[in-house]
Amino acid sequence: MIALLIRDLRLAVRAGGGFGLGLAFFLIVVTLVPFGVGPQGDILARIAPGILWLGALLACLLSLDRIFALDYEDGSLDLLVSAPIPLEGVVVMKALAHWLTTGLPLVIAAPVFGLLLHLPGDAQGWLVLSLLLGTPALSVLGTFGAALTVGLKRGGLLLSLLVLPFYVPTLIFGAELVSRGAQGMATQIPLLMLAGITAASVALIPFAAAAAIRVNLR
Amino acid sequence: MAADPASGLRVENLAVARGGLAVLEGVSFALAPGEALVLRGPNGIGKTTLLRTLAGLQPALAGEVSVPPESIAYAAHSDGIKATLSVAENLRFWAAVHGTRDISEPLSQMNLETLAERPANSLSAGQKRRLGLARLLVTGRPIWMLDEPTVSLDTDSVALFARVIADHLGQGGSALMATHIDLGLVSSRDLDLTPYKARAPEAGGISGAFDEVLS
Repeated sequence: MIALLIRDLRLAVRAGGGFGLGLAFFLIVVTLVPFGVGPQGDILARIAPGILWLGALLACLLSLDRIFALDYEDGSLDLLVSAPIPLEGVVVMKALAHWLTTGLPLVIAAPVFGLLLHLPGDAQGWLVLSLLLGTPALSVLGTFGAALTVGLKRGGLLLSLLVLPFYVPTLIFGAELVSRGAQGMATQIPLLMLAGITAASVALIPFAAAAAIRVNLR
Repeated sequence: MAADPASGLRVENLAVARGGLAVLEGVSFALAPGEALVLRGPNGIGKTTLLRTLAGLQPALAGEVSVPPESIAYAAHSDGIKATLSVAENLRFWAAVHGTRDISEPLSQMNLETLAERPANSLSAGQKRRLGLARLLVTGRPIWMLDEPTVSLDTDSVALFARVIADHLGQGGSALMATHIDLGLVSSRDLDLTPYKARAPEAGGISGAFDEVLS
């Protein structure tokens, strides 16, 4: 299964693999927002947690349809299903590869982007922590959406519509954690909720996604 | 590549469906180690559907399949080749997935040694096909399910492929294939699927999942 992870990472960094797509999209959102809402530091600082989380979420959404679609088209998915590794394990590795290529770069780059939006210094740590806790849930939930729509031509639209409702709780608690952190309020509740959502998704979604793939390959 | 001599494939009264409609019913045959069975029949009769069902990619409508676990290697029209990886990287990945290590022998058997470091997107259609068949060797599984394995192979490569299959059969493996080309295998039988064409449900045939909805 590690071989699958290594292959997916290798494919992502090779030509046309889509690595950096999410990061570039995140950068575009964050640099364009001050042009749209004006350069006043206090307004930007107030909306920064929401904008940053929204940018991360949409950046994640952008690359979801690649998770299984490419493997479906070239027949790899058929072969992986008949390989001696559990399909649930394949799903976990796919989600992990997606997180390593889109979620993790966002987490690392977030402090720089926070600076661009006048996010207060003490909220930077909360931003990184919230993205670190929340983006794995985005990848895993997105993998489920990708599994449901695998085999559909141009399934991207349906995928986005299916996945967005699942992303709402993560978005709410992630952004809430950052804005509470920025205002110096108690952060325990959104922190625990965010961690809980991620833990539950990672534990349950691979089984649902594997079942969806089996149905879609028929 | 050594196969368990006791491993064989037995199919009894199998019915398969494509797109929710039954295409074949009552298919029964046995495939012993060392044997090759060539599926014959017109386009659309259900050769691919039968192979996919036996490979475990879709459920059967009815009937029984007995086969040792994890003994079937499936190769279809698309071979799961990643265009941006090199030939050796593609093979090494499948070797790791199947827990086998050696890719040099499959490379030389399919005459791919000189291409090993080339990215797969620079291969010709026939070379890609040979890479796909090398992947079969890498799986180390005894029963091969081959769907049109000789498409886009030239005569030399077909002969090479026939030798690889003959070797595989000689080592106790077996092969079930849908092909229109005569590979000249000694221990090969034909199975014509035309008599197994599924009857309409009104005529007493098995009904697929959609039939009840439609009627």
